[in-house]
Amino acid sequence: MPQIAQLMETWSSQIFWVLVFFGLVFFIIGRGMVPKVMDTVAQRDNQIAADLAAAQAARDKADEQEESWRKRENENRAQAQTIVAEAKAAAAAESEKKLAAAQKQLGKKLAEADERIAAARSEALGEVEAVAAEAAQDIVQRVAGVKIAAASAKSAVKKAMSHV
Amino acid sequence: MAAEQAKVDPMHQFTIQPMFGSDNWEIAGYNIAFTNSALWMAIAAIVLWVFVAGGMKRELVPGRWQMAVESFTGFIDGMLEANIGKAGRKYVPYIFSLFMFILFANVLGLLPLGVVGMHPFTFTSHFTATGVLAIMSFLIVLVVGFWKHKLHFFSLFVPHGTPLVMIPLIFMIELVSFMVRPFSLGLRLFVAMMAGHVLLEVLSSFVIDGLNAMASGIGPVVAILSFVLMVAICALEILVAGIQAYVFALLSSLYINDAENLH
Repeated sequence: MPQIAQLMETWSSQIFWVLVFFGLVFFIIGRGMVPKVMDTVAQRDNQIAADLAAAQAARDKADEQEESWRKRENENRAQAQTIVAEAKAAAAAESEKKLAAAQKQLGKKLAEADERIAAARSEALGEVEAVAAEAAQDIVQRVAGVKIAAASAKSAVKKAMSHV
Repeated sequence: MAAEQAKVDPMHQFTIQPMFGSDNWEIAGYNIAFTNSALWMAIAAIVLWVFVAGGMKRELVPGRWQMAVESFTGFIDGMLEANIGKAGRKYVPYIFSLFMFILFANVLGLLPLGVVGMHPFTFTSHFTATGVLAIMSFLIVLVVGFWKHKLHFFSLFVPHGTPLVMIPLIFMIELVSFMVRPFSLGLRLFVAMMAGHVLLEVLSSFVIDGLNAMASGIGPVVAILSFVLMVAICALEILVAGIQAYVFALLSSLYINDAENLH
């Protein structure tokens, strides 16, 4: 076993060179390079954390803006709806008023026409009565040779006409 | 036949040889020859440096290499945070160096470089090397413990709720288990790496001997079975290389947790 057989000749050189090379490794790599590597990792972690935080903040802001936009939108919509309803009501009232006026005018015209018709009718009836009374006088004279008074003929005709 | 058998010595791979004629380098009378062991420490350190340097582009969106390096630092960071807490952060450079140095040493020692004529050497299979790393972790625990808690650190050896009469006994037991830590830490890694390499070497000698004994009829069967077993054990060894590095780093961080937070 050379580890023991050569112990006396080699122990000092072994210890010396281990100390030398481990010392180099420790001071150059361990103290010099490893902190820089870890620094890079820490920097990256920080950057990622910062980016994530910024993204979260932007997202929150966007949510907020969307919320306010939605609120405004809803308000606008409600406002528009009230305007539309108002306009509708106004238009309906207007048209009703116009309709009522037109109806009124129409009624008046109808009443006038009715009146005129009734007048014309009574006039016509009067004329018919007169003619009928004269005709009845003539008929009675010719048939019976009796002369009757115009008044009694007229009343007789009126009597008969009321049955028509 | 006898000569061929003698050639396969499973322990030979652990032999330390001075290189580049540095046999007689000395500091204050102590030999510091630049051996094959030191060479592989240097290779592990350089490969580790190349690996981490490749992940230093510091891009916001990491490439594959940077991702790999960052996942290792993140792994160590997570382990220390889980075991020690926020205070564990400052030990990341040490535990990272420890883990990666051992991991690269273990894995590089497993590379099949013998195929191209090189001799891979796993310096973590020498307790002189693992012992240094273990004692270093242990010293950090002592220094941090006494620095932060002064003499109060000794309360580590008396768990909460110990009956008064039991305190001396428990104190001694806990003290011994504490003092054993550097040995268990260093020996675990050394034994695990050595055992795996010896096993592979022994099995490979079975393959060679079995093929040499083609005439006996049973030889090729032994060779094929051994070879299949070797492939499986190679996979296992790669796993062990990672696990032992992880165990070393994990236990170091647990021990440091004792020093940071007592109980």
